[in-house]
Amino acid sequence: MNFWMQIFANPELYAATLAMATPIALAAVGGTFSERTGVVNIAMEGIMLVGAFFGVMVAAATHSAWLGMFGGVIAGGLMALALAWPAIRLQSDQVIVGMALNVFAGGLTAFLLNTVYGYNGTPTSTPSLPIVTLPWISHIPFIGQVIGQHDVVVYLMFLFVILGHFTLFHTNLGLRMRAVGEHPEAAETVGISVVKIRYLGVTIGGMLSGLAGVYLSLGMLSSFEVNMTNGRGFIALAAMIFGKWTPFGAFGAALLFGFATALSIALQGSGVSANLVGILPYALTIVALTGLIGRSRPPAADGLPYVATK
Amino acid sequence: MTPTGRDHLIFRAREEMSCLALLEIRGLCKSFAHVVANADVYLDVEAGTTHAILGENGAGKSTLIKMISGLYRPDSGEIALDGAVQHFASPRDAILAGIGVVHQHFMLIPAMTVAENIVLGTERQRDAATPRQSRLLFNRKRAAVSVQELSESLGLPIDPWAKVETLSVGMQQRVEIVKALYRRARVLILDEPTAVLTPQETEELFAVIRKLNQDGIPVIFISHKLDEVRAVASTVTVMRAGKTVRTAPVADATAAQLANWMVGRDVILQSRKEEVAVGDSVLEVKNLRASDDRKTEKVRGVSFSVRRGEIFGVAGIDGNGQTELVEAIVGLRKVNGGSVHLLDRDIGHMSVGERIARGIAYVPQDRQQDGLILSFSIAENLQLREVSKAPFSRRGWLTRAAARKRAQQLVEEFDVRPPVIDASAGSLSGGNQQKVILAREMSRNPELLVAVQPTRGLDVGAIEGIHRYLLQLRAEGRSILLVSLELDEILSLADRIGVMHAGEMVVVMDNQNVTRESLGLAMTGKWSEKEAIS
Repeated sequence: MNFWMQIFANPELYAATLAMATPIALAAVGGTFSERTGVVNIAMEGIMLVGAFFGVMVAAATHSAWLGMFGGVIAGGLMALALAWPAIRLQSDQVIVGMALNVFAGGLTAFLLNTVYGYNGTPTSTPSLPIVTLPWISHIPFIGQVIGQHDVVVYLMFLFVILGHFTLFHTNLGLRMRAVGEHPEAAETVGISVVKIRYLGVTIGGMLSGLAGVYLSLGMLSSFEVNMTNGRGFIALAAMIFGKWTPFGAFGAALLFGFATALSIALQGSGVSANLVGILPYALTIVALTGLIGRSRPPAADGLPYVATK
Repeated sequence: MTPTGRDHLIFRAREEMSCLALLEIRGLCKSFAHVVANADVYLDVEAGTTHAILGENGAGKSTLIKMISGLYRPDSGEIALDGAVQHFASPRDAILAGIGVVHQHFMLIPAMTVAENIVLGTERQRDAATPRQSRLLFNRKRAAVSVQELSESLGLPIDPWAKVETLSVGMQQRVEIVKALYRRARVLILDEPTAVLTPQETEELFAVIRKLNQDGIPVIFISHKLDEVRAVASTVTVMRAGKTVRTAPVADATAAQLANWMVGRDVILQSRKEEVAVGDSVLEVKNLRASDDRKTEKVRGVSFSVRRGEIFGVAGIDGNGQTELVEAIVGLRKVNGGSVHLLDRDIGHMSVGERIARGIAYVPQDRQQDGLILSFSIAENLQLREVSKAPFSRRGWLTRAAARKRAQQLVEEFDVRPPVIDASAGSLSGGNQQKVILAREMSRNPELLVAVQPTRGLDVGAIEGIHRYLLQLRAEGRSILLVSLELDEILSLADRIGVMHAGEMVVVMDNQNVTRESLGLAMTGKWSEKEAIS
């Protein structure tokens, strides 16, 4: 009993939860944007990986973590365009394109890591993103320890979750995005360009996934390792579905997954099998993807190519 | 003189000629790959009138509408509004010019509210009516208020906060009309607006159309139903094979004339039926209950029987349990309660295959989705149902030669065109696809044929053919369960008619004692025993 109290009363656990939830929440909000406009995005894993690599590469080359972040986000956006073009213009099967991109991203980043940096990996001099300490809040007991001091991307994540919700549900653009994802023909007949809106949705999604990747490489480690996303893109996919295609929902689901990960770390060396707890986020993913917990309804035109008539 | 100056003068001149021809179509042409969809289409629509466009399926009405609404670009010809020639590059251009279209399949987003649907696409416009509308932010409340104000001023009240998916079809249509007028439509085009409505809802729609006319808004009313055209329009233009063949005041044209122009030959408006001795009951349905995919009960204790040599028609508005009833009978849907007997045997819990073996044949509603495998050849489609039997296979091996011979026979017997058994089913026209299905189902000499909307979307010629086959089957002493949304089809074919409403069979009557009005009442559930007696 005492043992569990110690674990759960420790603010470190919750701080770690936030840190672990950040990349998942960012990518999940990104995926929400993509799917709300009707393009299924299972390429978040690959896009994160590319964002992570180019984040480090630009940061190492310019000696600026901020420029690195910028580079990673742009790379994520470009990678998303590689999904958007076949999905929107060529009306390809979006799941297949997404899967191909995941495989491609894994190969591309491993190849570039080897060719550009060789055996030693990314340079140790790569700057990392700053840690921010919130002035007043960090002094509050417990709460301050949980949210008071984090990598800057964690706070950016909060910003983008709120901004994402606001954009989707309180702006004209958001209304149009949702309309395109529900019924593209209806949107087209009232003069909305389905193609433009979908490109925008997918690109925003890619940039957020890119930022999630940057957080992994420049935020947590300041280096890049092969396949360092380690399935987080797919967990983000599950978080997006769990969150019923809303930014706040995605954030809540990401917290759940983050907590499971943080718990498995906290339990290491405690006698409870960390491997067993380590299963948690993945088990939750399966539960989410098979729709066992409450059926959530995807946007009606999600995954359906739109063929414009002329 | 500059071209714009000249246009302006022409515009002025036209204005002075009072409000003649608000919308003019001059020599519009459009072809796709090999098909000429519109050739030399002419149309003059005057302000404040209702102009009907009458034509069979495939006559080119939809193509014309899509060009007027900016979805298609014409190959040649002109569209002019108020005398000014328009070049619509997109639906947006057409909307801005004042073209309002209510499509046959509503362009509404079910998951969104009425107000969101109506405002969508115009939220960024700022003008006199919506002075404080923000370019960036979407304000639900403001949208709802402006929609409510407009709908009330038009005399078409709707709840702006209601989700579209919760509205009846008639209400959804009203949302579409308000949506068009919200965009300041100067011409309103209604594409087959009555196809989904009850007779009562149709009357309401006609009242709305007349009111719009009074307000000076012309309505283009697309239809293939003669009665409706005669009831609501003042002018009618008949289209056939992509051309406008005739324009006349409705008052000057008889129904027979209109039908003649539409089809290009004399049409028999009624199918002739032989007397067939009715035998014992073949299908007995008792207190049947079944739910739809969302687990809501759609069939709530339905009982009826179909006798030998009889066509039993099931009428009703779409979505009142007909689909679920049929699926429960053919075995595609689990039965919640009650029983289904075929020739005195309980088949209610048998698999589809067992039911087929006992003599049920099925013509599904969606011939392309459920009736055929479009990428398979005609021959393959013809053997699908009984592929494990001779002549299609022996001991598990396909017997190709015998199967092909059989297919060739059927194709000839049922007059499938072209009679090429290796052509893919997807390459056939709708009418010929339906013939392939009928050939497959009827050639098994079924005890009971269940046909759902067998003539949906077919032209008059093909409909005649399908009806002839159904009557032939009846003459052979077989039983037919016919489900249709077309009252005329039910009235001209069925011996007895059962009307479905809200999952119940409200009434079963002999065709002789039935009027369209009483059917309409029963379809809306407003049926009482008293009326049955009187």
